[in-house]
Amino acid sequence: MSVFPYLVAAWLLGIGLWGVISSRNYLHLIMCLTVLQGSTYVLLLSVGYLSHAKAPIFADITTKSRVTDPIVQALTLTDVVVEATIVAMLLALVIQANKRYGSIDPDEMRRMRD
Amino acid sequence: MRDRPGGFSLRLVVGAIGVVLTVGGFVWGTTGLHPFGSEHSRYGFYTAHHAVAQRHATNSVVAVAFDYRAFDTLGEEFILFISVVGVVVLLRSLHDEEEEPEEEKLIPEQRRASDAERWLGTALVGPIAILAAYIVTHGQLTPGGGFQGGIILMAAIAFIFLGGEWVILLRLRRATSWVEMMDAGGAAGFAMIGFGGLIATGAFFYNFLPFGTSGSLLSGGFMPLANVAVGLEVAGATLMVVSELVDQRLLRPPR
Amino acid sequence: MSQLAPLAVGIPLLGAALLAAGHKLLGRAGSDLLALGLALASAVLVLILLVHVGSGLSIYWFGGWHPRQGLAVGIDFAVEPIGAALAAFVALLMVVALLYSAKTEGVEAPYYHVLMLTFMTGMIGFCLSGDLFNMFVFFELMSVSAVALIAYKVREQAAIEGGLNFAVINSIGAFLFLLGIGLIYAHTGALNLAQIGRTLSHYRNDRVVVVAFALIASALLIKAAIVPFHFWLDDAYAVALAPVCLLLAGAMSEMGLYGLGRVWYGVFGPVMGTQVHVVRAILVGAGLLTAVWGSAMALQQDHLKRLLAFVTIGYVGIFLTGLGLLTADGVAGTGVYVLADGCGKALLFALVGILQHRFGSVSQQRLHGRARGLRVTAAMFFAGGLLISSLPPFGPFLGKSMIEDAANKVGYGFVPPLIVLSSALAGAAVLRAGARVFLGWGEPSQQDAGGADEQTEPETEGQRDRTPPLMLVSCGILLAGTIGFGVWFGFADLAETAARRFISGSAYQAIVFGRAVGRIHATSASPAWYDWLYCGGATLLAVGFAALGLFGRRWGAGKLLDLGQRAMTPVRLVHTGRIGDYTAALSLGVGILGGLLVVTLR
Repeated sequence: MSVFPYLVAAWLLGIGLWGVISSRNYLHLIMCLTVLQGSTYVLLLSVGYLSHAKAPIFADITTKSRVTDPIVQALTLTDVVVEATIVAMLLALVIQANKRYGSIDPDEMRRMRD
Repeated sequence: MRDRPGGFSLRLVVGAIGVVLTVGGFVWGTTGLHPFGSEHSRYGFYTAHHAVAQRHATNSVVAVAFDYRAFDTLGEEFILFISVVGVVVLLRSLHDEEEEPEEEKLIPEQRRASDAERWLGTALVGPIAILAAYIVTHGQLTPGGGFQGGIILMAAIAFIFLGGEWVILLRLRRATSWVEMMDAGGAAGFAMIGFGGLIATGAFFYNFLPFGTSGSLLSGGFMPLANVAVGLEVAGATLMVVSELVDQRLLRPPR
Repeated sequence: MSQLAPLAVGIPLLGAALLAAGHKLLGRAGSDLLALGLALASAVLVLILLVHVGSGLSIYWFGGWHPRQGLAVGIDFAVEPIGAALAAFVALLMVVALLYSAKTEGVEAPYYHVLMLTFMTGMIGFCLSGDLFNMFVFFELMSVSAVALIAYKVREQAAIEGGLNFAVINSIGAFLFLLGIGLIYAHTGALNLAQIGRTLSHYRNDRVVVVAFALIASALLIKAAIVPFHFWLDDAYAVALAPVCLLLAGAMSEMGLYGLGRVWYGVFGPVMGTQVHVVRAILVGAGLLTAVWGSAMALQQDHLKRLLAFVTIGYVGIFLTGLGLLTADGVAGTGVYVLADGCGKALLFALVGILQHRFGSVSQQRLHGRARGLRVTAAMFFAGGLLISSLPPFGPFLGKSMIEDAANKVGYGFVPPLIVLSSALAGAAVLRAGARVFLGWGEPSQQDAGGADEQTEPETEGQRDRTPPLMLVSCGILLAGTIGFGVWFGFADLAETAARRFISGSAYQAIVFGRAVGRIHATSASPAWYDWLYCGGATLLAVGFAALGLFGRRWGAGKLLDLGQRAMTPVRLVHTGRIGDYTAALSLGVGILGGLLVVTLR
């Protein structure tokens, strides 16, 4: 069905958000953020898809061929690497949290009182 | 709400309502889109079909990322760079507080990798490095480019770690300055390419090098250079991150 | 001349990379100087751009990719007066912040300097960009730098928590933004703001537009910290270094609103135009809720930085109210208010930083009466508190009066009293804190000060007995800014002209695609007598509330104060510090916003 890829993106969005909300472990939480990232990639790439089309690489096809959209692919490819390093930063914070709190349960974080 | 168990359930209820509304709304919105696989955006169509003619680059995705929208890639490059600075900053206090791992104190299992690991690791470094170089430099021709190739380059260097003794890991960990140089140098290099365009014709990131013939290695103007800069930066950045995290997990005395 | 636009972004980025590569040669002093120089260079470049653009619009196409056959092929910087003014403000604030931190101990070269420079560049790029995805890239650059800067004092548990909460919430916002971009791209096939706007103006308002706007607006409102997306802000601003707070409170909070304005007037406004009153109601409602919520919470805080964080939230609510009126007058008033109040909040954070440096604590209870000797700091603190409750005739007063006039013009007569209440409460919180700390008035507060004591070394080198002169100089500059924006004749007219340009979507599209359009001249009415009344009243109320807080028990108003405390308890309890709760509230907020926007389809 023609809306299926968007449903996949929506499902990932929902699972990711729900995971963050209900998480009791920071590593799990960060992985849920990664799932959320996945939903954006799925959406972007689905938007650019063209049926019965080839990849927009013209090394062996003519420039008149039917090809998919290179813009969203370019957006996604730079984003993937960037988001991975942001996850790295979050993981660094979790390492510190573990060392100092002794716990990686988000609900255990003692917050400053008013 | 902090200590009452009801607090958690309230959160789940509120969250469930919120997620259902958000996801439901999103799905409803996507039903208004054109069916999957139909229609093309004018922007996508234009860049796909003019990349070869205008820039002699057969990989239009790289042409978009490194020419039409090179400025976005500059921003993304620097986000990468800053994330690495962030990782270093956020882990730095642990270096001050804990003792530096000493070679003598590594437990015997940490000292020597198994023979199979060493053999495979050493054998694979070369081919993977060549693959990385190929992917990076052929970005404008076939699928690939600086980002992908940079990760592969990082893997090649990581194999040196995996295939060798952990003592080498330790020594390499101490000599991080060349990795930082690679990272910062790549970022600076990419920015300088943009300035090159500015100096040449007054447009930042104008593709000022000759385009060459499409299909040959030196085509696409400054795309090969940009790919190399990005490749070095991505390799340097991910290597810094991996080495910081490995340092945390593997080299410090086990808890 | 328009070549300066890329330089404003390119130079600090290149400089930051080179600083990172060569920091061993430079040392601390060298890094300080270089960073300061780069920030100053950006500030100068953007100021020249601002003067050059005047009341018009200056477009710069990257890579030489001018539009082909009416299709925007490259990325552009669309420099318009409000964006340029905000960018210049950010750069100048960065100069002040770097000056402030010039000799402090808690920062390490080159990491701090590199992070600050990219933070600034992210904000400048965001203000100047004319392409939706490019805005997203700079939004991310700004956010990632901010995470590292907020969690910088990583030895403290609170800093880690603040950093994590900020990072996770902001990341979710970024993903929502990206989803919205995906939907818009799918619908219009364009990423350039003008191109999208032009394409959408041929469509009717439909479900894709509504959902995309809900997603993008949510992301920007998360950044701006509007209720119920605001929970991350007090955790984050309470733990960041003082110079970083200067920028966070003075500039980053407003970025979200600027983005919202750009996206509305460039893209969604024309297509949703017939339903503008619905959007107006939603935005003004959210703004007023945030304004009152933030200010009321400020009064509950013992931790000075957290107090100021809630003051920031309160003021962002007022900014959104002004912007959400969706008229030129509203935008103009918000612009003036943002600049003046931005200086004011930055000033207060800087002064609290001085307290932190001298005494190692930011708890009102611990500091009670201890700061009696710091006369200059005290004077500036009280001035700041009075100014932000819009003491006439200075900067914040001018902005607020413009917003109130704008509200009356669209028939939202209930807005001015609520704004008065909000700023009175916020001003009262600040003044009461100042009286407690600098004068020793009132009894020590009843709240538990346990967590507010930051067990850190003071942030600066040098003696603890003296305040570094550079810090005081920086504060002086900020004070001058807060005052100055109100007494600068003609500023309101400039703001009005800039606002007219900001809201003209069709002219924007025409200029981007190459046609020249006429200049704009607009004037703004000076504040009327009732504005003086409202704002003077707000200031008096602030002083009154502060006095009540300080001496109320002595005067027999104890029951009233207790009632107030009890009424605020549920609101206080909602701020749990747990990321799961924050995300749940965020999801609910997105869902409700989307639901409300669906009304525009009728």
